[in-house]
Amino acid sequence: MTKEPVAVVGIGQTKHTAARRDVSIAGLVREAAVRALEDAQLTWSDIDAVVIGKAPDFFEGVMMPELYLADALGAVGKPMLRVHTAGSVGGSTALVAAGLVAARVHRTVLTLAFEKQSESNAMWGLSLPIPFQQPLLAGAGGFFAPHVRAYMRRTGAPPGIGALVAYKDRRNALRNPYAHLHEHDLTLDQVRSSPMLWDPIRYSETCPSSDGACAMVLTDRAGADRAPYPPAWMHGGAMRSEPTLFAGKDFVSPRAGRDCAADVYRQAGITDPRREIDAVEMYVPFSWYEPMWLENLGFADEGAGWKLTESGVTELDGELPVNPSGGVLSTNPIGASGMLRFAEAALQVRGRAGEHQVDGARKALGHAYGGGSQFFSMWVVADTSPAG
Amino acid sequence: MREVAIVAFGQSDHRRDTAEISEVEMLMPVLHQVLDAVGLRAGEIDFTCSGSCDYLAGRAFSFTMALDGVGAWPPISESHVEMDGAWALYEAWTRLLTGEAETALVYSYGKSSPGDLREVLTRQLDPYYVAPLWPDSVSLAALQAQALLDAEDTGDTVADERALAGVAARSRTAAEDNPHAQLAGSPPPDALLEEPYLVRPLRRHDCPPVGDGAAAVVLAAGDTARRLCRRPAWIRGMDHRTEAHSLGVRDLTRSPSSRLAAERAGAFEAPVDLAELHAPFTSQELILRRALRLGEDVRVNPSGGALAANPMMAAGLIRLGEAAAAIHRGAADRALAHATSGPCLQQNLVAVLEGDAS
Repeated sequence: MTKEPVAVVGIGQTKHTAARRDVSIAGLVREAAVRALEDAQLTWSDIDAVVIGKAPDFFEGVMMPELYLADALGAVGKPMLRVHTAGSVGGSTALVAAGLVAARVHRTVLTLAFEKQSESNAMWGLSLPIPFQQPLLAGAGGFFAPHVRAYMRRTGAPPGIGALVAYKDRRNALRNPYAHLHEHDLTLDQVRSSPMLWDPIRYSETCPSSDGACAMVLTDRAGADRAPYPPAWMHGGAMRSEPTLFAGKDFVSPRAGRDCAADVYRQAGITDPRREIDAVEMYVPFSWYEPMWLENLGFADEGAGWKLTESGVTELDGELPVNPSGGVLSTNPIGASGMLRFAEAALQVRGRAGEHQVDGARKALGHAYGGGSQFFSMWVVADTSPAG
Repeated sequence: MREVAIVAFGQSDHRRDTAEISEVEMLMPVLHQVLDAVGLRAGEIDFTCSGSCDYLAGRAFSFTMALDGVGAWPPISESHVEMDGAWALYEAWTRLLTGEAETALVYSYGKSSPGDLREVLTRQLDPYYVAPLWPDSVSLAALQAQALLDAEDTGDTVADERALAGVAARSRTAAEDNPHAQLAGSPPPDALLEEPYLVRPLRRHDCPPVGDGAAAVVLAAGDTARRLCRRPAWIRGMDHRTEAHSLGVRDLTRSPSSRLAAERAGAFEAPVDLAELHAPFTSQELILRRALRLGEDVRVNPSGGALAANPMMAAGLIRLGEAAAAIHRGAADRALAHATSGPCLQQNLVAVLEGDAS
């Protein structure tokens, strides 16, 4: 049997910021949802089902908040699913929603992801209590820093690469009105001399903690025909998971990430991702993850990812722009960060990315990961439908 | 629609307290049981989906511990819902419908014993207007029960305290045949009515036991299902719907989301001979029977239902599993399975399962 093609016809996000004290959690998610509906020129009654995702419920202190959010998201009388796959959740949520359309269970689905991190302290929310984890492993940076060091040692990358990524993404963010950080006066020297947090990761090389939401309207071929603006078509989507810790795990380039990329490329008929993909929105919460994922995703040979970054290939006007939106380094409402990657990839191929539009982008990759580099979700979107 | 069936089901023994074992240790025997039943290893399953809740585990990303136990190596295609496992099964079912997978493993688990479940569940309520008042789950169910007892229109249902006691006695007597049940056996309804109220109008017998447990099922499509199972429990339809969260805007004596989900799942197209309802409180069974149009001729909860064992996040999946197991062993031909989530039956899922004519 053939799957129904899936199109993205509406995208909405909030202006991400450190604390949205002016809205409730319901107000925050509704803002993104309404913008996605406006983009699709649809109303709540056009939506058949809602698929919502977010990272741990401890971040807001609300257990299974989708129950409380049913009214705000127009889900009363409709199916509502809640996905949670750690940091990859925004991507996974979009894929679950896309699956409902692809399986012809529903025709038009609203999918949304959010985090309102100002409701708590995300770093300590991620620091597991004894007996689950040893003490002094504070926050995600504490977990990932050793793997960045392993990458540097393995590849011989010069120590300044991370700063280049951070400087690039923060400058890209200046072109994205929704980005959290707009550091107009930031210089490369300031990034290089910012305080060391988790050696070798400096303050300016880490993601912020944001309040924000992202929503998308996904629909079938008939829905795409009625869309007011060009849709983004899904050409491939995949999830892969592997255990957190085990003997032989490659934290620098996890196999689950490589397998996941291979699966979406196969679905999308991509054999040379470096040449065939025009823009990448990848999940880079700490600057060094750009070169690491460039290798893991097959854009560079093993050990050569940092050279793409160093030579400017991943700049907005480079051969392979990475995170034209400013990425996770500029905006990080954790549960929404993966969906922002997927949505920004879709904006690029719809030609609706505004000032951070990559000229002529026709095929883009959205990427998210989470947990201990163990959960991956990705999609490839393009400006033409998969059947032609 | 592609043919998809539940081909194996397993569950733990549900217990009040399992402090001596972790969630993973509770889950692993159940996973192995269902995988052994179909002769597959975890790595041979095309898609895996689970349901669990960080608020029960007391830590973020608690589902990663279970994934480590599953043995996701080489990496697997996998997803997780922060919902009862019934909804994980729904996600896996849609995945099989796309044709991307032939088999799926679904599991869920919950340990309520480390905390005070009534208090924990208050964190599930509207964080601005309701949660600060800490209304506990039994008190909310009591509000719903009282509304039902006071209702002028309850259809053909007789809703009084004796009827509630009757549900409790019937369920726990049925559970005597369920080796996994946490509570089995019951005094007759008249004796139950002499007990004091817990939260009026609910007595202890009207409430589910609090406990720990896990469950797992294997799904398979078409001929794969026929190969893995002598009599697959075909999923003829499945749908779920949610209602408003605010109790003040709902008629708590009705379950319109269950009715709608049942319609969408095709439950009313032909009579069912068995129903497994996820009704943690006796009063909720009466509400669901009416919403789902279940007559006296339908066997309801021969497993004992949630009144015999109600492990959070797994009890809904267990309803689907029990209904499927009845079809597997030829004890039912067309069954309805129901799962619920949220306060006072806010969100409901209905599946219709059938066996081939034997």
